[in-house]
Parts: sequence; C-alpha cells; structure tokens
Amino acid sequence: MARCFAIHPADNVATMLDNADSGSHVEILGAGSGNILTVGENLELGHKVAVIDIARGAPVLKYGVAIGIADQNIHRGRWVHLHNCKSHFDQRSGTLDLHTGAATDTRYE
Amino acid sequence: MNNIAPITWQGYLRPDGRKGVRNIVLVIYTVECASHVSHAIAKDQEDVHVIGFPGCYDNQYAVRLMLALGRHPNVGAVLSVGLGCEYTQPEKIAHVVRESGRSAEWFYIQDAGGTRAGIEKGIEIVTRLRQQIRSTAKRVPMTLSDLSIGCECGGSDGTSGLAGNPVVGRFFDRLVDAGGKALFEEIVEMIGLKEIILSRAASPEARGQLDEAYEKAARYCQSVRQYSVSPGNFAGGLTTIEEKSMGAFAKSGTRNIQGVIKVSQQPPHAGLWLMDSVPDAHFMNFGYTNPNDTEGIMDLISAGCQIVLFVTGRGSVIGSPIAPLIKITGNSHTFNRMADDIDFDAGTVLDGRMTMDQAAEALKNLVINIAGGAVSKPEALGHREYFVMYKHQDTPLLQIGCRA
Repeated sequence: MARCFAIHPADNVATMLDNADSGSHVEILGAGSGNILTVGENLELGHKVAVIDIARGAPVLKYGVAIGIADQNIHRGRWVHLHNCKSHFDQRSGTLDLHTGAATDTRYE
Repeated sequence: MNNIAPITWQGYLRPDGRKGVRNIVLVIYTVECASHVSHAIAKDQEDVHVIGFPGCYDNQYAVRLMLALGRHPNVGAVLSVGLGCEYTQPEKIAHVVRESGRSAEWFYIQDAGGTRAGIEKGIEIVTRLRQQIRSTAKRVPMTLSDLSIGCECGGSDGTSGLAGNPVVGRFFDRLVDAGGKALFEEIVEMIGLKEIILSRAASPEARGQLDEAYEKAARYCQSVRQYSVSPGNFAGGLTTIEEKSMGAFAKSGTRNIQGVIKVSQQPPHAGLWLMDSVPDAHFMNFGYTNPNDTEGIMDLISAGCQIVLFVTGRGSVIGSPIAPLIKITGNSHTFNRMADDIDFDAGTVLDGRMTMDQAAEALKNLVINIAGGAVSKPEALGHREYFVMYKHQDTPLLQIGCRA
C-alpha cells in the first residue's frame, strides 16, 4: 500500500511518500498514523493529499502552519496543489502549468 | 560522554590561524576576458581551483567576495590573473592575500604576451605555489568545533522538508553543541515564517537583525515580482513559497540563531547563523538575490565554510570550488537514479530504515570523513562551478558618480 506522511497533528494535508493510483488506499504515517485514506485521483511522491475535507477559504495546514488558502472546496483524498491552493504572497505561481510548474507568462518568440 | 575524546583529523593551519580541510591554490581572474587562460592554467590539476568575476566594471560586493575566497581556510596560495584593461585590480587582490600570510602572485595577460604565454607563465607560477604549500602548510589536528559548515538547498521537492533538510537540522544541532559554526541562508525562502524565525533569536540584537533581514527579503521579492520557487519545486509537489519556506527552514535545526551576517563576513563566534545575501534596498532590481544554487553556495564559502551541505530532492549535478560540497537527498528514488552525484540518502528516515537521530549521526560521520580528506561525490566528478555576480550590499548611496 502506498504511504503518505502527515507532519503535524493540526495538518489537513499529508505528503505522498509513494505514487498512488486513483481509487487506491493510502496509509497515513506520522501525525494521525494508523488511518487509511482512499485517494480520489492519481497522486505522485512529494505531492500533497487532503486528509480531511477543506472548505473554500480555509487555510491549508502543513507543518502546523498555513502554507496557503484553499480557493475551492477540497475533499478528503484529493490532490492539493496549484489549482486549489493559493499562496498568501506569490501570485505568479497560480498561473504556472499545474503538472510541470512551467511558466505560462514568458513569451518564446 | 564528556570523557570521550572528540573525533579529530589532520587539517591545514594557515598563517592567519584559520584551519582548512583542503590545501589548494586558487586562481582568481578579474574579468571574463581572462577566464580562458585561467581555466587552462588550472586544467587537470585537482588542487588548483578557479573563480573569477566576469564584469569589466568593478563591484564592491564582488571584490569583497573574491578577497574572502582568496583568504579562505582551504586556500594555501593565490594567483590572480587579469587581462589588463579592467577595473578590478589583480595586484591588489594578491596584496591583500599576502597580508594574510599566504603566498600570492599576479600578472596581466597583455604583459605576458597573450594566451599561450599567459598559460605557460600561469602554469609555472601555480606549479611553484603548489609545491610550496604542499611542503610548508602546517598540519594540525581539527575537530568539529573547528568547522564552519554551510547548508543550501536546491531542486527541492516534497521530501526536502520531510527528510533532507530536517536531517541536516538535526546534524546542525550537534555541530552547534560541539562548538562549531552552522550557517544557512536563503532568507527569501523564509517568506511567511517571520514569527517563527524571530522566536529563534538568541538575543534582542539577533531578533532585530532577523526582523530587518526578513523585511528586506519580503520587500525584495515584491520588488522583483519573483518568489524563490522554481518549476521543478512545483512539479515535485511544493505548492506555495510558504510551504517551501517551512521545508527550507528545517535545515536550521532547533538551536537559537546568533545573528545575521552578510556575504563575505565571518560569524564572530560559534553557533547557528543566518546569512543575508539579499541586495540592498536601493538596488533590488539589480541582480537576483539567489539567481541559482551555485551563487548561494559561493556566499556560504565566502563566510569561511570549509564544507557545504547541499540538499536536493529532485537531484542536482553541481559542485563547488574551494570547499567540498556534500549532496544529500530526502528522496531515495533520486538517490538511486543519480547515485554517482549524491553522497547521502536521507530518504532512509521516511521508510523507517533509520531514525532521524541515526541519520544525523551518519551524516556527521560523513562530514568528518570528508573533512579528513575523503573525496565527496561532486569533488570526485570534478565539479567546481562558481558564480560571482554584480550585486550591491552595504554600498553607499550613489549620488556621486555621474555629473548629469
């Protein structure tokens, strides 16, 4: 079974330690360990998964601190990334390609 | 514990009292036009390294950086090479290095007679300097308390804040407790953590310095409209600068921060220090604070770090001149994929093969081995990337300089 790691008891996301396919079960290690999560989409190592439902406008918590704001409702087991979590500081990151992180605002012409 | 003798190895005692873990000749060129000759002088000689500054117009920050590197504890002697037209003066570099008790020579390629003659002259000088430092450098026992170790991270992914940086942080705690100096930088990767950073200050003075450095970094990122986070970071699972910051800050461990130093300054006493490499307020759009990982590594070496740790999640293939670079990853897949490049797999703490304490102890032993002369993987591959750029730090306001 794939694993993910929750750092702080207050966290509403965990970091994937393995890749996981949509619909598969993932074991949560660290804070909240022992729980099993069913993931709602394909998730890659290093990426974040919601371990509880996160309401639009609520902070995304990792390390026990707000690393961003959910700009839509995020269900337990879903991928948390550029498409649904916004920085308090950095606007440009919201415009990057979701999968590669490549900039979309630099012209190559 | 106290009656166990600390682990020691043989280092190199410099005439100015500093102790190094390597014994190299450093070739310093003073303009890009002298770079080809300088690299040819050092070609295929593992204990002759090269740095240089590309600009023809000089820059106080870059001059300070080259002078700090020329008097680094791992450097035994210096050859400074200029073309002959540029502002930066190789003779003055040699003079300052000589004042530290090290041997230093210099020449202009125009005076030497061009490329071939310059290379021949440089090889002749460097061969002599190398023989001299090999036979005269005093060997001296060193221990952890003699070390300044820097840490930089680059190519970070979701594992960097979970394993790579925390293992370094745990090692840094041990280094500080042993009386050594631990340095970290990348204050632009602390955005969002102001209260957390300030709460680590060792004194009211340190708190003031951290506050000032944080606010400058925050203004800087707004000013250049760029936060310190890259496409590879996002692809590796990091979503925001706040998230990357928390992971990066983990490399600082848990000990109090003694204060803030700037590029080319040495920490005034032992303990954990933050380096500020952000340009002055007036010049924020003039160069980037950390345009790439190599620049940040050079900054840490300029503060006297004899060894630099580099944490990468995605994988990196850089090294450094002057001070060995030790590469660490928290991602075991990356370690296995790039085993020639990466020295230490901290991913072992994520799959339960090691505890955090065991990994920190293993890293400490690796650092001691490399300080004692074992070759790090970037060293073995011949990586000696450097990057000295125009930047303004502590520059007087420039009302002077132009008549109109």
